[in-house]
Amino acid sequence: MNHLLSTEHLDRSTLEELLDEAEGFAEVLTRPIPKVPALRGKTVATMFFEPSTRTRLSFEKAAKALSADTVSFSPGTSAISKGESLKDTALTIRAMGVDLIVVRHTATGAPWRLAEWLDIPIVNGGDGAHQHPTQALLDCLTIRQRFGSLDGLKIAIVGDIKHSRVARSDIFAMTTLGAEVILVGPPTLLPLDPEAWPVSVSHDLDSVIEEVDVVYLLRVQTERGGASVFPSLAEYATRFGMTPERFSRLKPEAVVMHPGPMNRGVEISYDVADDERALILEQVTNGVAARMAVLFRLLGGEHDA
Amino acid sequence: MHDLLLKGGSVLTHEGISVTDVAIANGRVAAIGSDLGEAGETIECGGAWVGPGFVDMHTHLREPGQEWKENIASGTAAAAAGGYTALLAMPNTDPPIDSAHLARYVSDQAFRARNAYVVSAGCLTMERAGERMAHLDELWDAGVRIFTDDGDTVQNASVLRAAMEYVAQLGGVVSQHAVDRDLSAAGFMHEGSISSRLGMQGIPREADDLTISRDIELARLTAVRYHVQHLSTARGVALVKAAKEDGLPVTAEVTPHHLMFDHGEVLSMDANYRMTPPLREPSDTAALIEGLRRGIIDVVATDHAPHAAVEKDVPFEQSMSGVTGLEWAASVVNGVVGLDQHDFFDRISIAPARIAGFTDHGQPLAEGAAGNIVVFDPDKRWTPSSTRSRSNNSPYLGRELTGKVRATLLDGVLTYAE
Repeated sequence: MNHLLSTEHLDRSTLEELLDEAEGFAEVLTRPIPKVPALRGKTVATMFFEPSTRTRLSFEKAAKALSADTVSFSPGTSAISKGESLKDTALTIRAMGVDLIVVRHTATGAPWRLAEWLDIPIVNGGDGAHQHPTQALLDCLTIRQRFGSLDGLKIAIVGDIKHSRVARSDIFAMTTLGAEVILVGPPTLLPLDPEAWPVSVSHDLDSVIEEVDVVYLLRVQTERGGASVFPSLAEYATRFGMTPERFSRLKPEAVVMHPGPMNRGVEISYDVADDERALILEQVTNGVAARMAVLFRLLGGEHDA
Repeated sequence: MHDLLLKGGSVLTHEGISVTDVAIANGRVAAIGSDLGEAGETIECGGAWVGPGFVDMHTHLREPGQEWKENIASGTAAAAAGGYTALLAMPNTDPPIDSAHLARYVSDQAFRARNAYVVSAGCLTMERAGERMAHLDELWDAGVRIFTDDGDTVQNASVLRAAMEYVAQLGGVVSQHAVDRDLSAAGFMHEGSISSRLGMQGIPREADDLTISRDIELARLTAVRYHVQHLSTARGVALVKAAKEDGLPVTAEVTPHHLMFDHGEVLSMDANYRMTPPLREPSDTAALIEGLRRGIIDVVATDHAPHAAVEKDVPFEQSMSGVTGLEWAASVVNGVVGLDQHDFFDRISIAPARIAGFTDHGQPLAEGAAGNIVVFDPDKRWTPSSTRSRSNNSPYLGRELTGKVRATLLDGVLTYAE
């Protein structure tokens, strides 16, 4: 593995190795001094061309927990606002001597271009509505910790799958690890060719709610206000939101997940978000461990923890 | 003594096709036959097709205004290397060709470069804004015969209807880049399994089909000659076929890239596969090939669209749309469609010249006619590795193609020789 760009072509053993590694790092993070010297002397750069707090912080925390240095780049305060091209920005950052770049970009495929232009590992921190592979790793890690394995689990991914890089990454990682995935949403938010995906599809959350082990709620893009893809936020919440009523119909051991940031009251009700079976903060914690595993794997550090 | 002898090629004349010689003198075809006597220069044409120089009715030469991508001299040099002797330049320049002096400027620049004959298409509306009619009368007087807002479709049916009525009485052709703006605006590629996999906003086929259908009805209403640019869908081919069966003066073109590639290429996320209309599905490609074979699609047109590296060496969605094509269009069509010599020259030379109103180009060879000729070897395999265009945004560089231009003559003078 030279880069981490997508979950689409990751095989089961690679995924499991990464998750095993992440488990180890999750333990490191619980220690009094949550830090190992594995990547001492290495520099990780984050290039985020889209607003993001959690993913960038999580990568920086992961790099620091491995004793790597971090540098970060934001378009708002950089030469990009002076018209510099993506290629020149990438070459410039590389020339400073960084060892790995985490990139998030609004354009599909931007991390692939960086992988072409540069001779260092690239990690896709999210490209357009395409892929967000470290989110899938942290999600699978969270599910594995809870259930021991993804094999045979039924996972409903609910909401705007069509425009979701989280869903695209999760679908491949989860099914490769043996889970069954059901996409739930109105037709305007589903991929137009679900038959080409290793999934089943439902337009009715209530019809699947009692049989699933995990309900993975996607963020509703409230900034679009629904625009023309569903009638209103209220109607969305009624049909596809995790209301207390729906939550009570879940299997007793079933869990609720969300990649954040949440819209409480839309895709998830205020109280459900704080329930013990809502794993949202575990996901965040595991994000650091999963990203440590990725950085460690790509930078080939020594694991003397 | 003749200036030039084209010896032993398979020559397309009004009488048919035969293996013979063509002598050129004083810029014209002096004689066709055997034992034509001495010539200053002889080109061996054994195994090659000799016919009228290719005619492209969809070229972006980018001048005036975008010379960092291409200019008329470089674009026509690329055309000559691809066997073309005449081009219809698209008017989406800066400023757009909405007035007579601009149309004259394009032809004059081409005349100075002496690589190819160029006439500009004229805008249908001022500044290609789709609102007020361009200076159609003045453009007509400056020699413009085809009117289009090209990259911008005239969306307003009422504006289009009026422009069609006006162009109809002039005797010109209304040509449309027929795409519905609302259905296509947010898209980057064909809407289908690949766009879905990539999470990229797609452009459904219906964006093209709806506009083609509307335009054909308006052409029926106004009796204008109507030309559909770069068909990309199977349904588009069917709409053109039906219009022709109704006796409407409707013609259509297809690009080499829509014949050769489908949306699967976009999985590479390489910006050299970003074009408008987008590459569609294999079933569309098959319908386009069949449509061209049967003559439902009249013309191969390159949509040669140069963009500089800074506009293409970027993520797919941020790149400019379009690819270059003049130097390898004939090779692609020959290799992919496999037309015989007669139909090949019909689609890439004779039909486009007829639609564009080019009288000295796209005619089967005849004694006394202008020496606008191409020698094309349909069997030669080669791999393009460089270009005469100012831009190298081409998916064909590095791909093996079948068929290569051996020589191009403009008014009897070699503009390209292998």
